[in-house]
Amino acid sequence: MTETGIINISLAILFLPLLGFIVTLLLGKKIKSIYLFEVFILTVTLFAAIFVAFIKLSYYVDDRIIAEIQWFKLSETISIKLGFLIDNMTVIMLFVVALISALVHYFSIAYMKDDPRYNRYFAYLGIFTFSMNGIVLTNNILMMYIFWELVGLSSYLLIGFWFEKKSASDAGKKAFIVNRVGDIGMFAGILILFLTYNTFSFESIFHSIAAGKLPFNSDFWLTMTGILLFMGAIGKSAQFPLHVWLPDAMEGPTPVSALIHAATMVAAGVYLTIRIFGLLTADAMMFIAIIGMLSAFIPATIALTQNDIKKVLAYSTVSQLGYMVMALGIGAYKFTFFHLVAHAFFKACLFLGSGSVIYAMHHEQDIRNMGGLRKKLPLTYATFLIATLAISGIPLTSGFHSKDGILASSFAFGSLTGNWIFAIVGFLVALMTAFYMFRLVIITFHGQPRDQHKYEHAKESPFVMVMPLIVLAGLSIFIFYTPNPLNADEGWFISKWLPAPVLSAPNNTRFDFMQETAGAVTHNPSHGTITYSESYTEAMHGAHNPAMILALVLALSGMLLAYIFYQWKKINVDKLTQAIKPLYTFSLNKWYFDELYDKTFVAGTIGFSKLIGWFDAKIVDGIINGAGNLTRLLSVFTGAFDRIVIDGIVNFAAYLSGFIGLIFRRIQTGKVQTYLILVIFSIIILLFLFND
Amino acid sequence: MNIPIEYYLILSAFMFFVGVAGVLTRRNAIIVFMSIELMLNSANLTLVTFSSYLGNSIGQLFVFFVMTVAAADAAVGLAIIIAIFRNKLTVNIDEINILKW
Amino acid sequence: MFNNAQEFFNTLPLIIMGGGIVISLLIEIYSDKNKVILPWFTALLFLAVGLHSLFYTNDVSIVMQNMLATGGNVNIFYAIFTLGAAVVTLISIDYIKKYDMYFGEYYLILQTSVLGMMLMAAAKDLFVIFLGLELMSISFYILAGMNRKRAKANEASLKYFLLGSFATGFIVYGIALIYGSAHTTSIDFITTNFAGLTSNLLFVAGVLLFLIGFSFKIAAFPFHMWVPDVYEGSSTTVAALFSTGGKSAAFSAIIASLFALFNGPSGNVFTPYFAVISVLSMFYGSIVAIAQVNIKRMLAYSSISHAGYLIIGLAAGNHDAIAGVMFYLGAYTFMNLGAFGIVSLVEGKNETNLDINSYAGLASKKPFLAALLSILMFSLAGVPPFAGFFGKYYIFIAAIESKLTWLAILGVISSAISAYFYIRIVVLMYFKPATNDFQIETSNSAMLGIITSVIIVILLGIFPGSFLDLITRFI
Repeated sequence: MTETGIINISLAILFLPLLGFIVTLLLGKKIKSIYLFEVFILTVTLFAAIFVAFIKLSYYVDDRIIAEIQWFKLSETISIKLGFLIDNMTVIMLFVVALISALVHYFSIAYMKDDPRYNRYFAYLGIFTFSMNGIVLTNNILMMYIFWELVGLSSYLLIGFWFEKKSASDAGKKAFIVNRVGDIGMFAGILILFLTYNTFSFESIFHSIAAGKLPFNSDFWLTMTGILLFMGAIGKSAQFPLHVWLPDAMEGPTPVSALIHAATMVAAGVYLTIRIFGLLTADAMMFIAIIGMLSAFIPATIALTQNDIKKVLAYSTVSQLGYMVMALGIGAYKFTFFHLVAHAFFKACLFLGSGSVIYAMHHEQDIRNMGGLRKKLPLTYATFLIATLAISGIPLTSGFHSKDGILASSFAFGSLTGNWIFAIVGFLVALMTAFYMFRLVIITFHGQPRDQHKYEHAKESPFVMVMPLIVLAGLSIFIFYTPNPLNADEGWFISKWLPAPVLSAPNNTRFDFMQETAGAVTHNPSHGTITYSESYTEAMHGAHNPAMILALVLALSGMLLAYIFYQWKKINVDKLTQAIKPLYTFSLNKWYFDELYDKTFVAGTIGFSKLIGWFDAKIVDGIINGAGNLTRLLSVFTGAFDRIVIDGIVNFAAYLSGFIGLIFRRIQTGKVQTYLILVIFSIIILLFLFND
Repeated sequence: MNIPIEYYLILSAFMFFVGVAGVLTRRNAIIVFMSIELMLNSANLTLVTFSSYLGNSIGQLFVFFVMTVAAADAAVGLAIIIAIFRNKLTVNIDEINILKW
Repeated sequence: MFNNAQEFFNTLPLIIMGGGIVISLLIEIYSDKNKVILPWFTALLFLAVGLHSLFYTNDVSIVMQNMLATGGNVNIFYAIFTLGAAVVTLISIDYIKKYDMYFGEYYLILQTSVLGMMLMAAAKDLFVIFLGLELMSISFYILAGMNRKRAKANEASLKYFLLGSFATGFIVYGIALIYGSAHTTSIDFITTNFAGLTSNLLFVAGVLLFLIGFSFKIAAFPFHMWVPDVYEGSSTTVAALFSTGGKSAAFSAIIASLFALFNGPSGNVFTPYFAVISVLSMFYGSIVAIAQVNIKRMLAYSSISHAGYLIIGLAAGNHDAIAGVMFYLGAYTFMNLGAFGIVSLVEGKNETNLDINSYAGLASKKPFLAALLSILMFSLAGVPPFAGFFGKYYIFIAAIESKLTWLAILGVISSAISAYFYIRIVVLMYFKPATNDFQIETSNSAMLGIITSVIIVILLGIFPGSFLDLITRFI
């Protein structure tokens, strides 16, 4: 297996789902069972992804494989290229995307089986997988943007898949529009990069930055570029303040929520930020960390009170993504990616588990009508529980390690820079996460059934739906990432597979602990690694144990609280909510974000247009009328001027081309000899012109 | 006997312009077409002249080709004129002007 | 004739084409089913020649006693002609039935005209250019008047014939004068000794006459007069061939004969001439097209203005410009063929639905056709990411390289003007109520041709680099 082989297989991984999409869409109406082709294609893709990941991680673990072809040339020096960058993150992400996509395909076979647009659904899944793979594989920001938009499109199609429901088509529109807001920023960032460096390739951009070339020659604009690019991530990864679309996106089919709105697409924003990590300055990282912190905290508080099973998971997704973004902002590069992968698995498991519950309950989503399902859905319950343990950060799960790493980093960050806020919020969110997740588990699966009728009819889902749950729950166990159940730092995932980030932002713009000290190790922009300063390593080392213990205590107490409230009912929840009613309603109504945006941006736009209309009608007209009344003569005069001169000029310009055309077409008399005389005449003129 | 090359060239140029003038002024499609043939023949005369004065046979060869092509041209041209005559009962090219503007 | 087997192999496109013509003749005479066989045979023949040419572009050689060039750009031109003609064949099949003008000759003459174009592209000798040109032109005169019962077709044919032969007279006389002063008709000899020859007045006059004759063929202002009349009068499918294959062939002959001079030691002496006629053609074409009501006439004027853009490339004359011209010819061939193909589909019996306004509301009745036509119109207007944009882009960039920035700017202004009448059709189709019941007879073969063209237009727009690289390898 050579590098070319890896590239070829990656090409196949990229394009196979597209083939599936085209075939399924074209033949969807003619052949009822064409979806099986799409499922088959995804299975092949999955095997290819496993194969490529295996080869890359075992034989080429230290290599970055880059393949580029020229797309077209803009000028001698500027050519637009298409290309792949295959490093360890790429193959791991390819595996994650292919696996979850394939599992969602299997799951959907049963879940969607009564849908009239069955085949089209599978086709959409195919185009989504294609675009997602494109984002993962690309080595340049232009392709990233193209696939980014394609992902947005397929997400729109899938959210609004049941477009007969108004809420679904509204949610699709909302997702699309909110995402555009972020993409405008990203596009501006891309333009700045292209204008400065004449290339889209990450590699060359980092190279030029490391060589000292900055946008508009200023640190400020480098920071701005980072923030603008990150705006794309704010939209796609549903970060504060653009997080409002994700909960609404739950209107789409549940397997879609698992694939797109939990595991893969929303992670694309984080992936983008990981890819541009090298050019982020300390200021940009601080911005990112703050956005991440807010996105981690606010949705976590909302998730505490939600009653729709998918809404709870949606807010938890936003919160966890915020966690990742915050971690990236404080420099926990490796743990961010670790959490991204771990989260993809356990959140997909949770969503598919909720899908299984919803399927068993005949499309009931309100947890207040569930309860006691543990006995009816034992496998769903077991896998759901494992994933819940993982997301809460209980030992022996992947989530424990990734979360622990992030919390330790926030601890270290606090001790190095004095900004303890990230650590505090991080631990608070960990507590809340454990609480609301166990609240969800207890209300749904424990206790007595609340809707006896539906409970009676509930039964465990078929094998194609349960199997994905088992696989995903299995991947939430620590053993896949590290052999040591208490410390992942030495495990292969962190220490072998993930290289340290390559930083290229100028030294003086970085955080102190990320600066290159004199005599520090290698600096090779393309392959080298810059280790963080020793003080950081020490701080991380010191932070590790306290962070782990504190995180564990908080997770267990969150769990305990949930048990006290909902399982053992030691404290009456209703009374408690009465006691803190304002807070409760505030959370229940999602901090009134939707209302706020409706009142401000939506109403603002409408109001602004009304204002303009009013201004036009009252002020402008009033002034004109007044002026007209006062100086009637003059206004008559200006009126005449308007009519004759201004309108004349406008009309003249508008019809000038038409007139000229009409005149010139008269040359075409239809008589051959007129033509010939004109020709001879022109020849004489031409001879006269070039008479030298 | 040695006629200077200029005489031939001037004659052929004259023929060429007679042809052009004929195309421009005559109204009968057949005569216009004959004038075009005259232009081709003036070219033939030039070719033969050069061929003979340069002692180089390419020109004569070319003349054969031009004559063949002109014959094909004539066949097609006359066929077109016949077709138009059947439809409109005229070959006056001033009256053949449905297509204009 | 051939020094070795390789040279024979390199000449295969021409030989296959010639052999195909003979076979078609036999089919036409002896087969009762020639109405079914001949069109598909023709299409496959074109396809075979086109693909063969594309695959063997590396076989560069000069064969037949320095008469013909093979391989490289010649093959790319072959591919443009034959693949274009294949599309023309596909859109012709049902069109001919609609107008009840099936004569076996139609496909035969299509083939001979393409053979003529191929000879022009391959020419290494003025002889061959003349032969190819006449083969193509005479075939075109016949094709224009193919529907001999219609007065319009007769008239188009007559006008084309008279003006075309007139131009031929110029070209032959020009060649005669060039031969007299250069003592040979070999293009390579003439171009290498060009600077020395220009002191001879006869030679200059000859080159001028030659240029004027070809200006007729590429339909540049002021030699464009035949274009609108001929396109309107002749059958739509045939007009499609004139506007694409005919134009490309004339450009290929100009490139074959003059390209070596553009970058010669004396510089591009033709720049002023080309610059003037390109500006005139662009603006005349775009402005007059606005005033047209017949869609075929509009496309005719649009083709004049496209000739203007292409001539900018000749005026610039550097390697990039010629690569740009060839790219543009490829792109233009397929976008124009697609547009003419759709016009031929929408066109009813007895030339109804040719008015631009009859396209109003097409999108509501035939959404797919309207979408295809919109893509083609956007491409003709030069909107990215379609092929037309990159064609213009490469030519304008090359003009700027040759310090003809003013010409590039005028080109951009002209494209802005021309966008008006292309986009107008899109607006009519999508935003105006239908006034027409569109009794469109569906035709699978024509749809195949149109869809192929649209796909090529899109592919050239998304991956312009691959085609351009192929061209630049040989320039």
